[in-house]
Amino acid sequence: MTIAEERKKVDHVDNDQKPLGHGRMLRKEDPRFVRGLGRYCDDVQLTGMLHLAILRSPVAHARIVSIDTSAAEAHPKVKAVVTGAALAELGLAWMPTLSNDVQAVLATDKVRFQGQEVAFVVAEDRYAARDALELIDVEYDVLPPVIDVRKALAADAPVIRDDLEGKIDNHCFDWEAGDEAATAAVFERADVVVTEDIVYPRVHPAPMETCGAVADFDRVEGRLTLYSTSQAPHAHRTLYAIVAGLPEHKIRVISPDIGGGFGNKVPIYPGYVCAIVGSIVTNKPVKWMEDRTENLISTGFARDYVMRGEIAATRDGKILAVRTNVLADHGAFNGTAAPVKYPAGFFGVFTGSYDLEAAHAKMTAVYTNKAPGGVAYACSFRITEAVYLVERLVDCLAYDLDMDPVELRMKNFIRPEQFPYTTKTGWVYDSGEYATAMNKALELAGYEELRREQAERRARGELMGIGVAFFTEAVGAGPRKDMDILGLGMADGCELRVHPTGKAVVRLSVQSQGQGHETTFAQIVAEEIGIPPEDIDVVHGDTDNTPFGLGTYGSRSTPVSGAAAALVARKVRDKARIIASGMLEVSVADLEWQKGAFQVKGDPGRSVTIQQIAMRAHGAGDLPDGIEGGLEAQICYNPSNLTYPFGAYICVVDVDPGTAQVKVRRFIAVDDCGTRINPMIIEGQIHGGLTDGVGMALMEMISFDEDGNCLSGSLMDYLIPTALEVPDWETGFTVTPSPHHPIGAKGVGESATVGSPPAIVNAVVDALKPFGIRHADMPLTPSRVWDAMQGHPLPPI
Amino acid sequence: MQVSMTVNGEPVTRDIEARMLLVHFLRDELGLTGTHWGCDTSNCGTCVAWLDNEPVKTCTVLAAMAGGHEVRTVEGLEQDGRLDPVQEGFMQCHGLQCGFCTPGMMMTARALLDRDPDPSEETIREALSGQICRCTGYSNIVRSVQWAAAHGTTAEPEEPTIEPAGSAS
Repeated sequence: MTIAEERKKVDHVDNDQKPLGHGRMLRKEDPRFVRGLGRYCDDVQLTGMLHLAILRSPVAHARIVSIDTSAAEAHPKVKAVVTGAALAELGLAWMPTLSNDVQAVLATDKVRFQGQEVAFVVAEDRYAARDALELIDVEYDVLPPVIDVRKALAADAPVIRDDLEGKIDNHCFDWEAGDEAATAAVFERADVVVTEDIVYPRVHPAPMETCGAVADFDRVEGRLTLYSTSQAPHAHRTLYAIVAGLPEHKIRVISPDIGGGFGNKVPIYPGYVCAIVGSIVTNKPVKWMEDRTENLISTGFARDYVMRGEIAATRDGKILAVRTNVLADHGAFNGTAAPVKYPAGFFGVFTGSYDLEAAHAKMTAVYTNKAPGGVAYACSFRITEAVYLVERLVDCLAYDLDMDPVELRMKNFIRPEQFPYTTKTGWVYDSGEYATAMNKALELAGYEELRREQAERRARGELMGIGVAFFTEAVGAGPRKDMDILGLGMADGCELRVHPTGKAVVRLSVQSQGQGHETTFAQIVAEEIGIPPEDIDVVHGDTDNTPFGLGTYGSRSTPVSGAAAALVARKVRDKARIIASGMLEVSVADLEWQKGAFQVKGDPGRSVTIQQIAMRAHGAGDLPDGIEGGLEAQICYNPSNLTYPFGAYICVVDVDPGTAQVKVRRFIAVDDCGTRINPMIIEGQIHGGLTDGVGMALMEMISFDEDGNCLSGSLMDYLIPTALEVPDWETGFTVTPSPHHPIGAKGVGESATVGSPPAIVNAVVDALKPFGIRHADMPLTPSRVWDAMQGHPLPPI
Repeated sequence: MQVSMTVNGEPVTRDIEARMLLVHFLRDELGLTGTHWGCDTSNCGTCVAWLDNEPVKTCTVLAAMAGGHEVRTVEGLEQDGRLDPVQEGFMQCHGLQCGFCTPGMMMTARALLDRDPDPSEETIREALSGQICRCTGYSNIVRSVQWAAAHGTTAEPEEPTIEPAGSAS
């Protein structure tokens, strides 16, 4: 069934009927949003609040000779001007990044990328704060920058990170996965080897709401309240506690409504720290909201991998091995958000959805004079790059073998009976029915008919392309035995409290940025405990009122926190069963659960509802021996494995032979994320990810000139798809539950962002087949497609 | 300088700096935070409100330029406790996720439907093409506008069982 059919069916049943658990349900958060009553960070107004603005470096690499703040300080509306030197006195000039590197809060010695934070001003209003930035005089001794990642390790390259003791080059880290020798042996004996240089350019999440914070330090209580655009409020609080030397309970991090995150709001940015310092030095609440240029040029970018990929196969299309050598641009500071033992994130899943004999990946990461970051933009920790690489390589192989890309994939899929499947790089895929999903996509697309149409159009000189991609994601980080961020295990807590009247509140450690947690998590709990979802309030985004956990990114909310919510509800239900046995005067074994009530087996007349049980749990009368009053529980869920959603995507494009403009005519996405909690929300997330894919494949790129000036610092230069650049999405689904997740659910938020870029690029390259093109790098803008049509596709600069 | 205008039917007068943008006037001076700010360059459209019945990007309009004119914001869509069909449509068709672009999208959609009560999909996409949504991929926004077009000028009151998520005890 397609989602459109499913929606029609549900709508026809009864528009007013809401599910008592999983199912299509309108979102609980929407009534406030459609009234303009969402409360985002910039909406927070506190009494006496001041405004902070940041002075940023105009150059990519320079030594700071002097900073004169006297004119700014003399501005009548200015309350404080702070430089790196002042922060150094407080021991706050540098802060740890999420990858155990350090990053300057305000530059003290050098600036290392254009847009780096140099000083800040706190003033009475936002206009005055900006005015005062103009009055700060900084003298720079400009140094040659390192912009081309391929030249970062040249012997004569200027050393960017001379702040690190003994650092004599721009090397950041090396990483390796798989078996090099075994892979080389397979490549030796393969009939066919295809090699391709593939670049995944630097892109930016650019959420509609930029990053910001309101800091309010209470000097009497020594207590900090920080409203911030954070996808991970608990993790941020602990890092602030470590840096500031305050106990966690003296720090309250509140993530209010967040206007999109996509990974951009995972890192801690210097601006947050500046806001905190600004509040401490002025003794007033201080608001910092970056503008769009600041967001694009200084906050967490994504991708920036230069990859050489190789794929080995037999002549009849059995894929034997893949290997890759990657040069990774990490910018001026390694701000990658990834589990500590995974500096390349989960790039190790570059073996894709295929049953291989061997695989090997080698990576060198380097520093350049560009903004730090590294993992953002709906990537599931670098799986976007991994899937793009392997799905492009498979298509290159299909090109060389002159084989249909679907047939080639079908021939090499991991088969259902092979799950759980351990890949050659050590990942244990939990469940999959790949061919089923692929067939579904072919059926929805009308694949054979499309190929017939393509042949006809080609004969007429038209450029129609059909792109296929299949992805397997690894989401839900992660098992604490080997996944942590700065020492914090990636488990998540959940607390459920059922009130005497049978209404409930569930408290989460994860934080929605639009994913609809207030609805989905109420449904997860409702499914388990039988209280209607509208009677379950979801609390999140406030460290004072929620249990500890690592937050929302990498599609981890449902796999980790969703499991926690289901299990905490079952824990409450177990207690309810004992109380019910007392109420009905039977043993617990004689009770059966009917969603919302315990009934005596074989006696439908004798039952008690969860609401009646809740009242008894809090009310008068004896409870069974050993049972305390109340009906609540708390757990911390440590996932035993990641979950591995997958999908089959087919994209149809038309390329204008005269202008080289690419038009995405159709896009068919079949996703399998296991058990589906709210199909409407799943579908919405997929639509968004597909649109991201169109952006990355065809439009988006953060580029630099040779001096390190960012050329993509506004939405006039960094192009994001509008309603005109995308088609009406066609979606379908299959359901292969995760065997280890309590409700069989897998993550889905990033699936489409991972799967769509290769489908689109494969489609464009397919359209260009008459020109003898096997590969062209993103973004496939008209000028770059035109170059490809002239026979010289160039890597992006 | 002093500026006076009508906002959502109410006359307002404030002393402001001449350079103040309309978006900041609405948000900071009037506390109408439903109009958002996203880019400064008229590209994202999250700041769209009406100036004399025309949708404008309030990040590139000075508050002074709105002096003597009528402004309508997302807060003015709901009339007498009844949601505008556009608001109801966005809820019914899942036309929003993070909600940040939503006020601007809805103001443009309302203006479109006022002049074209039954727009084609292409017309809707064209009308919204000066605005960016990062979450929804637009299909459901288009459906939301179509839902509103099919439901006249006044929406039925929303279902009472869906309540705004408030504070928990």
